[in-house]
Amino acid sequence: MKPASFDFLCPDTLDEALSALAEAGGDGRIIAGGQSLVPMLNMRLARPALLVDIMRLEALRRIETSGDEITIGAGVRQAELEAWANLSRDLPLLAAAFPWLGHVQTRARGTVCGSVAHADPSAELPLSLVTLGGAVSLRSRKQKRKVTADDFFIGMMATDLAEGEMIEAVHFPKARPGSGYAFREVGRRHGDFAIVACAAVADDKGLRLGIAGVDDRPRVFALPALDDDQFDDALNDIAWSLNAREDIHASARYRRELVRNLGRETLREASRCRA
Amino acid sequence: MPRMNAAQRHGVEFTLNGRKVRAEAENRMLLSDLLRHEIGLTGTHVGCEHGVCGACTVQIDGKPARACLTLAQQVRGSDVRTVEALAPGPAELSPLQAAFRRHHGLQCGFCTPGILMSLDALLRERPEAGREDIREHLSGHLCRCTGYATIVEAALAAAEEQWKEETPNA
Repeated sequence: MKPASFDFLCPDTLDEALSALAEAGGDGRIIAGGQSLVPMLNMRLARPALLVDIMRLEALRRIETSGDEITIGAGVRQAELEAWANLSRDLPLLAAAFPWLGHVQTRARGTVCGSVAHADPSAELPLSLVTLGGAVSLRSRKQKRKVTADDFFIGMMATDLAEGEMIEAVHFPKARPGSGYAFREVGRRHGDFAIVACAAVADDKGLRLGIAGVDDRPRVFALPALDDDQFDDALNDIAWSLNAREDIHASARYRRELVRNLGRETLREASRCRA
Repeated sequence: MPRMNAAQRHGVEFTLNGRKVRAEAENRMLLSDLLRHEIGLTGTHVGCEHGVCGACTVQIDGKPARACLTLAQQVRGSDVRTVEALAPGPAELSPLQAAFRRHHGLQCGFCTPGILMSLDALLRERPEAGREDIREHLSGHLCRCTGYATIVEAALAAAEEQWKEETPNA
């Protein structure tokens, strides 16, 4: 349970970080809070030749609102966003998700973008980003690009991040007044990985339900505004359309059942918040 | 700062329990191992080494954090506190530690240093913390002896004591 050896760079500028990452090819990794990466290093599931520590780059430590979009830089710790004064007004879904997101002790160090980069299929931040229709800004030495969250997550801990690229920021759409948001989760212990987590948005376009912990990545489904007695059929279809995993924590059947029940509760709560 | 080679040890300076320290560590060394093996402070315990059990919890810049999920090089310039910083003297306990003893908040004691550091951080930041806050902080720790009830009671008693001290006329 000790990491294999690696070179370490704590750059003073973003250019320096990106150059080092480019030169390292696929063997370089960014480290920010380390709460997802260090367990991988300890278990030697990750064996990078170089770690680039970005926590001293002040330019990445920003939470900015511009128009309808809230940008969270790669250096923002989860606890910093949790304590952000506008969180419950502008990102109510995240305010509801935070109590489920790891523990106080890991949120104090872990970053928002780090969790997105790690792309665990049961993680709350990727789920919230996908459900809200957010985006990810990627940057390499040569180019910048912005991809939708839905395109960014491509599989089990797999993302669209290319060699030499890092996440510079993630973007959440700001909550619109009159929309409803809800978040529910079932896990073995509060703060552990979710067996199933659901996030829902109810607005004038209808309902969006995001589901984590079931398929190999967070999945989102758009639904028309439904009457209460129509939820069950829609959720049953969704449950069967997901490629439910079976593992030591839960059977695929149990996960589908959680999608039906937790999904219904989450959609109802979001609809109620809207009303 | 130049790239630090994997094969060598590199200096890391930080504040530990109120004193400036400089230690040598390979890049791959965890903070938990730096504290225990290089500096000799074995109060920080190591359980699972992947962030689940909470035994290695210390305070970094006032916030509880897993020493096993922190590389030694990441605390450069930070303020680190370990369980050794809690007691005011060799024969004394802090109010929180004393409450743990009074309320049987520990049996084998393996998880205790981590729990103390989490609860100490909570009570410093929010002396008015109640049962729910305490349980929320405890959810990041595993204790296989006590069943947690006595730990919650100890923390509540310490919180009350601290509150009385800070507001003597209340």
